[in-house]
Amino acid sequence: MLKPTTSTSRISRHLLPRSTRSMATVADPPVRRYGGLKDQDRIFTNAYCRHDFGLKGALSRGDWHKTKEIILKGDSWIIQTIKDSGLRGRGGAGFPSGLKWSFMNKPGWEKDPRPRYLVVNADEGEPGTCKDREILRGDPHKLVEGCLVAGRAMNASAAYIYIRGEFIQEAHHLEQSINEAYKAGLIGKNACGSGYNFDVYLHRGAGAYICGEETALIESLEGKQGKPRLKPPFPADVGLFGCPTTVANVETVAVAPTICRRGGAWFSSFGRERNQGTKLFCISGHVNNPCVVEEEMSIPLNDLIEKHCGGVIGGWDNLLGIIPGGSSVPVLPKHICEEVLMDFDSLKDAQSGLGTGAVIVMDKSTDMVAAIARFSHFYKHESCGQCTPCREGTTWMMKMMDRMVEGRAHRREIDMLLELTKQVEGRTICALGDAAAWPIQGLMRHFRPEVEKRIDEFRAKHGAVGFGGQLASEVDDNLAVPDDLGLRLPAIEASQQQQPRI
Amino acid sequence: MLRLVSTASRPSSAGRLGKTAVPPKGRRAFASTSAKHADISLTVDGKEVTVPQGSALIQACEAAGATIPRFCYHDRLAIAGNCRMCLVEVERSPKPVASCAMPAMPGSKVWTNTPLVHEAREGVMEFLLANHPLDCPICDQGGECDLQDQSMRYGSDRSRFHEITGKRAVEDKNLGPLVKTSMNRCIQCTRCVRFANEVAGVEDLGTTGRGNDMQIGMYVEKTMNSELSGNVVDLCPVGALTSKPYAFHARPWELKNTESIDVTDAVGSNIRVDSRGVRVMRVQPRTNDDVNEEWISDKARYAYDGLTFQRLTAPLIKQGDRFVAATWEEALSAIADGLAKTGAQGDEIQAIAGHLADTESLVALKDLINCLGSDNLATDQLGGTAPPVHGVDVRSNYLFNPTIPGIEQADAILLVGTNPRHEAAVLNSRIRKSWLHTTLEVGFIGERVDTAYGYDYLGQDIKAVQEFVAGKGEFAAKFKAAKKPLIIIGSAISEHPDGASVYNQLASYVQTHKNKLLTPEWNGFSVLQRAASRSAAYDIGFVSSAKAAKTTPKFIYLLNADEVDPKSISKDAFVVYQGHHGDLGAQLADVCLPGAAYTEKSTTWVNTEGRAQLGSAAVPPPGASRDDWKIIRALSEVLNVQLPYEDVLALRDRMWEISPTLVRYDAVESTSPDVALAGLKVLVESTKKAAFKGLPFEKPIKNFYMTDPISRASVTMAQCTRAFTGDQESGISDEKGLQAAFA
Repeated sequence: MLKPTTSTSRISRHLLPRSTRSMATVADPPVRRYGGLKDQDRIFTNAYCRHDFGLKGALSRGDWHKTKEIILKGDSWIIQTIKDSGLRGRGGAGFPSGLKWSFMNKPGWEKDPRPRYLVVNADEGEPGTCKDREILRGDPHKLVEGCLVAGRAMNASAAYIYIRGEFIQEAHHLEQSINEAYKAGLIGKNACGSGYNFDVYLHRGAGAYICGEETALIESLEGKQGKPRLKPPFPADVGLFGCPTTVANVETVAVAPTICRRGGAWFSSFGRERNQGTKLFCISGHVNNPCVVEEEMSIPLNDLIEKHCGGVIGGWDNLLGIIPGGSSVPVLPKHICEEVLMDFDSLKDAQSGLGTGAVIVMDKSTDMVAAIARFSHFYKHESCGQCTPCREGTTWMMKMMDRMVEGRAHRREIDMLLELTKQVEGRTICALGDAAAWPIQGLMRHFRPEVEKRIDEFRAKHGAVGFGGQLASEVDDNLAVPDDLGLRLPAIEASQQQQPRI
Repeated sequence: MLRLVSTASRPSSAGRLGKTAVPPKGRRAFASTSAKHADISLTVDGKEVTVPQGSALIQACEAAGATIPRFCYHDRLAIAGNCRMCLVEVERSPKPVASCAMPAMPGSKVWTNTPLVHEAREGVMEFLLANHPLDCPICDQGGECDLQDQSMRYGSDRSRFHEITGKRAVEDKNLGPLVKTSMNRCIQCTRCVRFANEVAGVEDLGTTGRGNDMQIGMYVEKTMNSELSGNVVDLCPVGALTSKPYAFHARPWELKNTESIDVTDAVGSNIRVDSRGVRVMRVQPRTNDDVNEEWISDKARYAYDGLTFQRLTAPLIKQGDRFVAATWEEALSAIADGLAKTGAQGDEIQAIAGHLADTESLVALKDLINCLGSDNLATDQLGGTAPPVHGVDVRSNYLFNPTIPGIEQADAILLVGTNPRHEAAVLNSRIRKSWLHTTLEVGFIGERVDTAYGYDYLGQDIKAVQEFVAGKGEFAAKFKAAKKPLIIIGSAISEHPDGASVYNQLASYVQTHKNKLLTPEWNGFSVLQRAASRSAAYDIGFVSSAKAAKTTPKFIYLLNADEVDPKSISKDAFVVYQGHHGDLGAQLADVCLPGAAYTEKSTTWVNTEGRAQLGSAAVPPPGASRDDWKIIRALSEVLNVQLPYEDVLALRDRMWEISPTLVRYDAVESTSPDVALAGLKVLVESTKKAAFKGLPFEKPIKNFYMTDPISRASVTMAQCTRAFTGDQESGISDEKGLQAAFA
């Protein structure tokens, strides 16, 4: 049996234009291996909450060190440092943070009398993701300090931290830290003695995934139903209470003070070009030691799992597939998992995404179709119902996926399901529609034979299956039966012999 | 400040207000161009179009002649952008863009007809139809359904939705006796929710649940209590909200559409009367930005079934204690005999004009009564026999001078003795719109009511007016600081014992603050009439002289007068009633002459602004009833004082002689500030010595749903009375009432 790796390399060799050259004559530049973040380079030094999370412990770990000086350096210096560091938003979309924060300081912003807000998105609800809660639990002062630094960068007057309602302990820790910081004069009036006034408010959500979307979060903060707003106007123009607002992820905000202290160059020395920095990865699923770990960006996925998680249960060969960035990104099969690096660009090239860095590992005991169907249930349940493609599409996709788990479908419906995902993707107000569509696309891209196998097995057992899961055996021909149910279609059609690749 | 928040995020709301604003009148019209938004140009399907800045992309596409399908977008409501049907392709945008939610950008290139656009819209249409029941044959929206129409273009002829789990099922809601719900058909466009929240002020219609379980409804089980609720039926692009009284009565293609004018209040809403054969099947609003925008009140929309009940279809002569049907000749000669028998001379002959009298018949009746040597002309209201306190010599003394769209320019409004929500529901929605989108301040004097917007309550009687005029209180200061202040005096004030005093106070207030209240651009003194005929009656001088008012009439001619106090009519007087319903006035009469209702005659109506509008006949008058002015003309021959007009054109020439404004249709002629000031001066002089008793101002309309013979005869309005006013006594709750309603 050929290993998948060899087969792919042979194919790619064929495709090379000059495949005749067999021997390398020029030495390639030495390949840099990423990963192996040293302890002194860790930002979240209390991520596991082994030490005191309070102000005293935080000060001993270097938080609030020379914050005043950072504040006094001014907004453009902070933004330039963040730009130099190459920090990209850690919430999933990976938008360059320095650029995003600079949108708040458009020319002439001083003349705008409205207050300006930083909103921290701590509504971490993406299945598989648990990085922000470790920050909130163990290093809440990093976030509070980050609010001040990021708030100063965008000249905000206050920060609202919207924390997920289910995070009880985390909310308590954060509340305590905010109170401590107020008491110590670190935030509030004349924060850190810098002359800058800055308030931090904590708001607890009520448990809707969609409230993690930035505009839905703003709506929810305003006391309305958490339904995403239309963009434009973007929050930087009209956001919370109609004022300029920037919504940022917890991790993005929490790393900002350390970047400012240690310099943008330090942060950008990690990871590949355009994917610099360190990142909290949360690895869950079929690994020996599921964990949240801070690592260098661009660490190979394989290394990440072997080094920190004690490998896949039953060994690497027992691996079925990995979802590298939380439930919203397509699953990757084993052969791709061997090659990808954990950063935005590499995973994008592999037709997946880094998302929140939530690695979900699934070994061969997993029912992959059922796993993705479960995601479809999740998105159906969490769709806000505002716009048509998402509201109707997620439900329809869920119903189809439920049948695919059983195999109660016609083979043609796989392509129909894919078409539905395309009708949802990119047609909705927010990204939840995309997030619902991608896992299914990923499944069909890499695990289509498995789905087809189930359909064939079901058909062999129960006879012909029409569209929508109608069984030919249950259809009463005495009644008016639509003629487009596909009950008389053959199991495999000629056009399907060569499977379309997407 | 808070009320601004909900709209701040919607780009076009603010822009719309600016657009609908009326250009200032008078000499300075040229200067107004600076207030207009700058224009931008962009390319749609290769065509260059220029639209005002702040327009939505969909408006630019419309301007370029491209039809954009839409469900959630409505140009009078906030933008939701949730149906995703209006997707278009914009250059340098990887994804299709919802054109309703995207502001038009200068220089952008837009395509509305590319494969990507079609594929996107077809996808959305498929999703919309996935959970939409296939019950078009039994759906009242059929034939005028946006979903049906657009699925012809963007839908597939075969469904791909065959799921064994079936379609969504949603419980129907009970929104009251007007709006029928079939929530399975709902496509969650939220037009109704936005209308209820923004225009009608019913803030408890909303969405509950999320995702596919999202439902539209009142948050708790209750009816939708609003005078504008019927408009959600028009707004609903599918058959989820349909008209309950009209349910299963007709299909749109069977109906004859007649454009006409509503008479249930003095707004003069533009309506379209849909009729089949001799029957009015329904009434729908017609767009007129200067009057009713796109809305009409529930009474205007649903009182039409009153047109079929309690009608007078033949002339009736009273014999003993019962009416006997007669021919027209008999009835008219009975009137001539009656007039001779009573021996009424000069001012002893009285005519009373009711709420639903049209302008033509008012003119004819005035001419007739004057020919008989009488000046005793009264309007059908409390104290209507006396000359009105505001006088009728200058129009601006009794009209709504700033015009209805002008309300949106006002930044402070004082309401005196009026509840516009019930007296002019559509006009009230303008105040609410302005209150929502601007910093409008409203002050209120009179009986406390729910106006659908917040107000400063100043008091309930003349004392509050005096304090306001004296500048006491917070609101008086705000009013003084306002740039375009507006005083709205209710029609009930002129019926009130203290009316003269109120007019005196407020008119002198306007005189002292004329630099703001009475300028060439702005006349902030306005009277809100509530009867459709009243402005016309005042315009033609249908009022009695001071001398005539003191005479006891022996011959009384009631023209559509159904509000008269029976006690005010002396026992030996001979009473003629001309009208279309067997209501109160007919009961008092010795002879009843059957006239035509507003859907049955083409007549002129003057609304509270003084805007003359021409209604048109949708159906023929029932039985032997005739056009009202023709009846009066015929009577004049029998009484040997033949009126000099043979046809309606000659009659309108006579109207032109009386006042050209009566036949300058659809236009409002504003009074110049000098004349208006002169009118106020006369008003102040004439009311200088007026005494006052300090009685509270009461709202003139206790039950919005029953204000005239048509709505009192309407079963639908009776049901509304029962459902919304909590009045179990009236309406059809008891057997007797039910029989009366169907009699």
